[in-house]
Amino acid sequence: MDITLMYYLIPSLVMFCCGVYGFITRKNMIAILISLELMLNAVDINFVVFNRFLFPGQLEGMFFTLFAIAIAAAETALAIAIIINIFRVAKNIDVRDLTKMKF
Amino acid sequence: MESVGSIIMYLIIALAIIVFSVLAVTTRKILRSATYLLFTLFATAGIYFMMDYQFLGAVQIAVYAGGIVVLVVFSILLTSKPGDKAEKLASKRRAIGLLAAFAMLGVSGYALLSRCGFFAQLPAMGDVTMDQIGDQLLGTGQGGMLLPFEAISVLLLACIIGGIVVARKR
Amino acid sequence: MDQITPLLILALPLCMFLFLGLAGNKMSHKMAGILGTLGMGVTLILAYSTAFTYFFSGNPDFIDAAGNRLQSVIFDFTWLEFTENLVIKLGFLLDPISAMMLVVITTISFMVHLYSLGYMHGEKGFQRYYAFLSLFSFSMLGLVVATNIFQMYIFWELVGASSYLLIGFYYTKPSAVSASKKAFIVTRFADLGFLIGILILSFFTETFNFIDMTSAPENVLASTGGATFMGASVLTWALVLIFMGGMGKSAMMPLHIWLPDAMEGPTPVSALIHAATMVVAGVYLVARMFPVYLMEEAALTIVTVVGALTALYAAIVACTQVDIKRVLAFSTISQIAFMMVALGVARPEIHEGVGYMASMFHLFTHAMFKALLFLGAGALIHAVHSNDYTAMGGLRKYMPITHITFLIGCLAIAGIPPFAGFFSKDEILVAAFENNMLWGLWMTAVAGLTAFYMFRLYYRIFWWNTPDYEKHGHVPHDAPWTMTLPLIILATVSIVAGFIPFGELVTWNREAYHIHLNWTVATTSVLVAVVAILIATVMYRKENAISDKIANSVKGLWTAAYNRFYFDELYIFITHKIIFNLVSRPIAWFDRHIIDGTMDMFATMAHKASGAIKGLQSGSIQTYVLVYLLGALLLGVVTVVCVML
Repeated sequence: MDITLMYYLIPSLVMFCCGVYGFITRKNMIAILISLELMLNAVDINFVVFNRFLFPGQLEGMFFTLFAIAIAAAETALAIAIIINIFRVAKNIDVRDLTKMKF
Repeated sequence: MESVGSIIMYLIIALAIIVFSVLAVTTRKILRSATYLLFTLFATAGIYFMMDYQFLGAVQIAVYAGGIVVLVVFSILLTSKPGDKAEKLASKRRAIGLLAAFAMLGVSGYALLSRCGFFAQLPAMGDVTMDQIGDQLLGTGQGGMLLPFEAISVLLLACIIGGIVVARKR
Repeated sequence: MDQITPLLILALPLCMFLFLGLAGNKMSHKMAGILGTLGMGVTLILAYSTAFTYFFSGNPDFIDAAGNRLQSVIFDFTWLEFTENLVIKLGFLLDPISAMMLVVITTISFMVHLYSLGYMHGEKGFQRYYAFLSLFSFSMLGLVVATNIFQMYIFWELVGASSYLLIGFYYTKPSAVSASKKAFIVTRFADLGFLIGILILSFFTETFNFIDMTSAPENVLASTGGATFMGASVLTWALVLIFMGGMGKSAMMPLHIWLPDAMEGPTPVSALIHAATMVVAGVYLVARMFPVYLMEEAALTIVTVVGALTALYAAIVACTQVDIKRVLAFSTISQIAFMMVALGVARPEIHEGVGYMASMFHLFTHAMFKALLFLGAGALIHAVHSNDYTAMGGLRKYMPITHITFLIGCLAIAGIPPFAGFFSKDEILVAAFENNMLWGLWMTAVAGLTAFYMFRLYYRIFWWNTPDYEKHGHVPHDAPWTMTLPLIILATVSIVAGFIPFGELVTWNREAYHIHLNWTVATTSVLVAVVAILIATVMYRKENAISDKIANSVKGLWTAAYNRFYFDELYIFITHKIIFNLVSRPIAWFDRHIIDGTMDMFATMAHKASGAIKGLQSGSIQTYVLVYLLGALLLGVVTVVCVML
């Protein structure tokens, strides 16, 4: 049995769909952040496998994944700073309660 | 034809990704959610290793699994009491989420399966050396990545400053 | 003649206005008052020297070899140039009447500045008051020296504005505010006529310049080419419309209604603006355009008729008023009407246009003695704290200086020789008799009424009975020297001004003219005046019931006169009932419901629509993601379907 490109894409797709589901349904901001990481990760996998299967010897996909990881790290750090700040003010990190900046 | 070992490896990894992803978004305890995320990330690193990108796999484990998850766990510990459970989802909300997820799965899955080009074999590739990565990451020639690299560095700086400003006690 | 002095005459009051208006609040009351008075004093000296130079220097610019005075344009610079013909200039025209007006304005203005130091002492807004006085002086001076009718119009509006500001000086008092609005609106309405008149006239003559128009009035007539409108020649229309502007400013019937109300302003302001200077601007305007008026008999007739009616009307009303300032206001209207009649009856063939000279002469003397009377009234009000003569009486013992000066003013206005009013009024009567017996008799009767109501006022204030002033804890006494000094000066002028050889100085064609008293007319008018004064003496010297009896015997007339023949009510009826209800309300309704309604509908629709879709902007990022995702998927499906097809 050959493990073709498709076999890698399917887990990635499932991972992405889980991320979507989590993002839409969860209320805790950190859980939303985790869903976001899942989605990001699924995309990373796609970058890598496409690079590896279709353009072996070149490294663009890998580098993009590298950058995506760096950005994800930065984004997470910032998001957590914001979340903790919100928690300090609202004593809560439920997105439904954060309506102060609505409209 | 792949070796049986790699097939088994693949199966374990694929199964881990699917199971832990699903668990990460369905569990009601946030700390468990973070733990499942960690496993998913490890499995992803496994894929990178299978793709012969050892450096990337290492980065994935070090930065993602090591850094980000720890950060997330810290913030979870800071913002929730032990034993906190997310309340049960309203069925409407879950239905919407499921609808979106399955629609996504259906459309993208159909698009994937309807394209025979994705059934490519894993081509042979030489080892990616650190020399090669370093040259290309900081190079300006063909495939050089210096400009994005610099852009990312500026972004990181902005994030550091932003993080300080946001989290600082007033 | 140098150009610096005339320029300074205009610039000094303007600078004083700007300085006091901008920096006045930073300085003390006294400082601002003294500065304003000093500024006016310097202007007075400059104006006197200018007038003196004009009349007596014998400079060939001002008088030719034959002894005819000349019109001299000191400077005339272009201010706005729209087209080749439509050029608006600002300049300084020196001729007999403008030189005379310079003297009148600066004299009265200086007296009022000085007087106000005492009268307005301690008032809130003292600096503002002096700033406005300076603004008024500047505007009035600019008006009289105008070289062209447009410059005159500009300054005409400026005096209107400063009059508005000064009437409404006590802007916390509702009556003062409505009086100032009334004055502004009524004169503005009249000025609309003035502006249209200017436009008609300059459309045909293609010039604004006074000298161009008055030196060759037959060209003005010719330029209209005999065009007529509604049965009257275009020139008549233009002149009557211009005269309408003069009617508004000079408070001729039926546009006189603002002047009595304008007495809400401070009394020195009434003396300066509403007795001596601004209100004669209408007379001055007609005098300025006089050669053109001579071209149209009809226009002059209208001037005469309006003047004569106003004179009689105002004199009758003045006999019934209680408020001393109102009496003086109606007396002013009546006296200005005298000047208008004098202009209206003046013809070159009658005694070389004696009416014109008489009008200017009366303008001069009237300014002096009417300012004196107003300032005297101010002193009385200052002492008694009431405008009504019912609160006064027997004041001759308490305020001797005011009493004597007021008496001189009354004698002057009544036309008793040798006071100033006698000479000027006599000339007016001569002119009227020479023109038409009817006008002569009419004006003599009005002169008699004048003597009567002035002495009625005099006796009620200074004789009658003496109220118990001690009871109110305040005994009236003469005002401080800043207030009595102007009274004494003006009284002196009122005594001697009649002996000025006015005919030598101011005539319609600027040739010298020797005044010779017409003894018949003079004797008649003096007799009438003396009889009127005697009647007033009998009726009002001691407290008695004769006046009430007479008032009761002609109750209808008396009530009508007391209510000023219901002119204000008529105006209110016309404006409120007819214009507001039949014109303004429908227009307002249309504006509010149709025009505003359309705009409101757009606004309401936008508001409703945004309210309806506002829910989409829920702030819930999860919803956004869901919608975005579904949209992206839809696009994906569409793409897939398209590819398959």
